[in-house]
Amino acid sequence: MKGILQEKGVALEKQRLTWRDLVQKPISKLDDDAYTRVRIILMNGIELEASRFSHAAARMNPPALQRMLADVRIVEQHQATLINWLIGPDHSPLETTIAYEQVAIDVTAGVAMREPDPYLAQVYRFGLLEDFDHMYRYSALLDRLEGKDANNILQSYTDILPARPTIEHHRAPQDNLRKPYDRKSAAPLSKLHALTIMAAEQQTHNFYMNIGPMYADPVARQLYAEIASVEEQHVTQYESIIDPEESWLEKWVLHEVGEVYNYYGCMQQETNPRIKALWERFCDYELGHLQVALAAFKKFEKRDPEEILPTELPEPIPFASQREFVRETLANEVDLRANGTEIVEKSKESKASLQYRKEVNADGSPSETISAGYRWAPGSELKLKVA
Amino acid sequence: MQTATEVGMNHSGMDAAPDAEEMLENTELTDPRGDEREAAKVRAEYVAEAGPVGTLPQAEAPLMLLMDKLGERLAFERSGTRLYDALMMKCKAAGAKIPAKELQHIRDEEAMHFALCGAAIQSLGGDPTEQTPCADIAGVEGMGLVQVLTDPRTTVAQCLHAILVAEMTDNAAWEELIELTLPTGNDDLVARFRKAQANEAEHLEKVRGWYKAATLNGGG
Repeated sequence: MKGILQEKGVALEKQRLTWRDLVQKPISKLDDDAYTRVRIILMNGIELEASRFSHAAARMNPPALQRMLADVRIVEQHQATLINWLIGPDHSPLETTIAYEQVAIDVTAGVAMREPDPYLAQVYRFGLLEDFDHMYRYSALLDRLEGKDANNILQSYTDILPARPTIEHHRAPQDNLRKPYDRKSAAPLSKLHALTIMAAEQQTHNFYMNIGPMYADPVARQLYAEIASVEEQHVTQYESIIDPEESWLEKWVLHEVGEVYNYYGCMQQETNPRIKALWERFCDYELGHLQVALAAFKKFEKRDPEEILPTELPEPIPFASQREFVRETLANEVDLRANGTEIVEKSKESKASLQYRKEVNADGSPSETISAGYRWAPGSELKLKVA
Repeated sequence: MQTATEVGMNHSGMDAAPDAEEMLENTELTDPRGDEREAAKVRAEYVAEAGPVGTLPQAEAPLMLLMDKLGERLAFERSGTRLYDALMMKCKAAGAKIPAKELQHIRDEEAMHFALCGAAIQSLGGDPTEQTPCADIAGVEGMGLVQVLTDPRTTVAQCLHAILVAEMTDNAAWEELIELTLPTGNDDLVARFRKAQANEAEHLEKVRGWYKAATLNGGG
């Protein structure tokens, strides 16, 4: 997409949605392509991050800026609602969880493959192998608790394999922080990647925190508690790669650009015409939001937006199976661990993390318990046992 | 664990509430506006616009309903196996007087019925890994049963009540499957389904007996 600074999009005052608009026909769990669901989950995460960021900014900035943030934020609230409500109610929370992990695997893999900064690419691959293992643990839970096949959700695009074991994801807090990119020299794509993955992980964390207690089964409740804790670590990791020296307004502009970028990627790749039209509409909304953020940037910081923005958007993040890349990463990097901001060999893991892990795993490991003896088979592991 | 419902500090009713009198004032203090049928109108609009939950891509027209229902049965028997896994754990933990061997036998028959449905779907040219629309909806129906069976707080009697719901559905569903299979002239399948139906009738009888005994023991 060229000339994002010149594109005006839909004016903010024309971005009104009724309650009926917000609650549309959901997608079909069975008939829609898995990546339509992946895009819906990702864009809900992007909108929720927009909201969370905007609230944080409002709490730290003067009333004139608070007003501009509020004007945009209420539209983002409604965008997030419309998008999130597209997930059909025949998805059990656990089936939706499988879809969340598919987002975390295939979108993060797509980002890791194209990330120009080698350190950041390493960080994405590190997180990827943890979400990949979560998929295996949740698939075991889905089969053993609800008697369902995770592959009905995954549609054979994404593998169900043990990766870096979840029991080993738990680290001392200092080992979850990474080095930030430099706002002055980082490629625009690096900034867009970081915001996107941080948003996706943040909503995954929130989702698990909300649905974990909805399950009656104590092992399910434990597993959600354990993996939510890892997702908290992932949010810590991904927010720490973003340069904290970016000003509030610089961050706001980047958020709006990131939203344009991701809606644009969705509309380019969407296979459901009704949802594609929605992505196009919301891309135009975001161009309108960007105009507001740019006006604030010029008014309050008196800086030229071209200092911080690319003249055209990079190629979109792919929504596709990344099986080969994920398997290769698994083969090469499953034994990597973290020590401070560095990703290191297993033997060089920090003592603090080893100690922390020992403490949190002292009463047993939910992820090991639920998947003991489990291997995925078409339909159910029962197929292997009955045959 | 708790095996029977006991007298305790239930706060949910108004008789137990110190502020019940003030609460009652709410009814008088509200002057309701509008017609409660409005919600039905909105729901009807959504019904009119809704598409199906999904489709069946592979079945030939005369077999469509049968394939959808076979998919449903496969999903239900697979989930049923997991419900019995949960019931067996609960009975063992609670020291219930239900023979573990009999529970295991029923559980294994549920798993065999799951495999039988898969084989039947394949023999008719379908894909047993496909989640059919009726299978999907059966999954939604079954979520409440999963929640009851896996809640550490539920009594054996409460779990058996949930299993009773599943077994009654099982019985009706196998009967329906046989009716749908008869016109295909596939006598072998009909015979296998009749055997499964006979198994399910036995399950139902046993579960009814266990449920009655557990309830009479004060299981709630």
